[in-house]
Amino acid sequence: MNNTIGLSKAVKPLFVLVIFLMGLIVSVGANAQLEIDIVRGAPEPVPVAIPNFLSSHPDTDKIAKDMASVIAADLERSGLFRVLDQGSYIEKQSDINYQPRFSEWRLINAKALLSGQIIRENSNRLKVEFRLWDIYGTEQLDGKRLATTPDNWRRIAHKIADNIYKRLTGESGYFDSRIVYIAESGPKTDRRKRLSIMDADGANAQYLLTGAGLVLTPRFSPSAQTITYLSWETGRSQVYLLDIETGRRELLGNFTNMTIAPRFSPDGEKLIFSMVKRGNSDIYVFDLRSRTTTRLTTNQGIDVSPSFSPDGRNVVFNSDRGGSPQLYIMNADGSNVRRLSFGKGRYTAPAWSPRGDLIAFTKSNQGKFHIGVMDANDGRGERLLTNSYLDEGPTWSPNGRVILFTRETRGLNGRSAIWSVDLTGRNLQKVPTPGAASDPAWSPILP
Amino acid sequence: MKLNTLIAVTFILMLSACASTPEPQPKIAENTQPAPVIEQPAPIERAPVETIVPEYQGPQPGTVDHFKFVSGDDRVYFGFNEYTLTAQTREVLKSQVRWLQEYSGAIVVIGGNADERGTREYNLALGARRADAVKDFFVSQGISSGRITTVSYGKERPIDGRSNEEAWALNRNAHSAVLVGGNS
Repeated sequence: MNNTIGLSKAVKPLFVLVIFLMGLIVSVGANAQLEIDIVRGAPEPVPVAIPNFLSSHPDTDKIAKDMASVIAADLERSGLFRVLDQGSYIEKQSDINYQPRFSEWRLINAKALLSGQIIRENSNRLKVEFRLWDIYGTEQLDGKRLATTPDNWRRIAHKIADNIYKRLTGESGYFDSRIVYIAESGPKTDRRKRLSIMDADGANAQYLLTGAGLVLTPRFSPSAQTITYLSWETGRSQVYLLDIETGRRELLGNFTNMTIAPRFSPDGEKLIFSMVKRGNSDIYVFDLRSRTTTRLTTNQGIDVSPSFSPDGRNVVFNSDRGGSPQLYIMNADGSNVRRLSFGKGRYTAPAWSPRGDLIAFTKSNQGKFHIGVMDANDGRGERLLTNSYLDEGPTWSPNGRVILFTRETRGLNGRSAIWSVDLTGRNLQKVPTPGAASDPAWSPILP
Repeated sequence: MKLNTLIAVTFILMLSACASTPEPQPKIAENTQPAPVIEQPAPIERAPVETIVPEYQGPQPGTVDHFKFVSGDDRVYFGFNEYTLTAQTREVLKSQVRWLQEYSGAIVVIGGNADERGTREYNLALGARRADAVKDFFVSQGISSGRITTVSYGKERPIDGRSNEEAWALNRNAHSAVLVGGNS
């Protein structure tokens, strides 16, 4: 029924030759450095110049242009950068291996310049070199050479964008990553839902399964090669594993009960989920190596949506044991349960940040839904980042700075889409998908 | 249709009977006249009154549609974030139970559903509770648990796509889907 589709969606190898371009590396001084405060957000996005990459072969001319566009789009989407119009550039470089004329870039107010070139080694392999310049500090901030097959050039572009992000913010980027999600079609009372995957910028969207049956809530393993999801193909909801490289599919365990809300442990060796017995949901852990199942909660209330802390020691989950749905934390063995959320309203669908510091959640109160974050230690410092008729299911960017979620509009023609918001709440954007989409889950940075 | 027509005709006949004014009484002279000759009018040929029993127009007994027909509804409904059965829902479920007792070969899949104003995973758990509440009731009424399967669809199977109180109330339900062997 649910056959997997080919292997084309597997991550293709990317040969990152991290070669620092020696001759031009200038010692990095601590002062006067171009740096962006990512936590408070940039009051003004940093102006960056990204000319088209240089191409020395007709085969790579288009890629050289598109690569600059993809990098520019990545950086602008973060809300931290503004890419200057290429028409305003005064200097036209014909070789990236010399210093740019900083004064000419200052004239157009560029604070950083990315210059790059593509070298076609043969029809199956191209090399991409880039240099990132600090226009006011008059120094090279970064320079690398990467190689891949020509059809895989977008990943090089995302890698370069990640390098720029890291060099200028001090934190790792999130552009070279993917999103699994549910593609939706059909009317509200007869929705078709299909397991899908795309790049973090919405490119290369494709279905992962061919079946027509209901599938929900996919999540990545830390290797980004396996996903877990929920399917009703046996009649009731059950947890499945899918290796997106080999297409191999596996029904988890041999449970006669409904299982829901699966997620991987940070080491990828366990799955945590809820199992329903006599109508009541409790949280269990399945060890993928020993194939053993351990029960973590025994409460009479609903216990669902467990999410491990990045160190694997704690689990945040959703429970209505206190009367209404709230967030709780317990040790990874199920001991020491303590309540985390105390605000007004209903708190559900928690997701522990990969940085460990925050827990994102869905809150509904007085007919509105919000995506919010709170301190993972004590539940304080609650900040609501969004507000709509129906926002739900936060998932973190690999660097813990951006959240994706599902937003569904109201009414008979209500439609789901994936949205992103940063931790300031100011950079709220719709993620482009071919059709309606829900249940996003962000992969780690790809290897 | 036939029955309705008959009722209508009867009604019109009754109306006209009421409307006919009584004949004025003739004055009778005291003991001087012979007794009037009473003439029996010739009997009017009348069609005999027949009772028409309406044909059974409902679904074929023992089918899924029949289950829904005799139970009143194949769903029972719940309050927001609730899974308790009200007195009213118990009455519907009792009708479902009677049918299940009559058609003892049928099995039932109880699907628990939730409205859209909850998050996906919590609603799956809530739907499971609703389905189980109905299962518990069926078992308490003597239906073998071996004939009952429960499944939760959370908020994935709304029957009313609107976003208002009326639609949400309909979408918070447990659906009894009966499966009868053969040609159902």
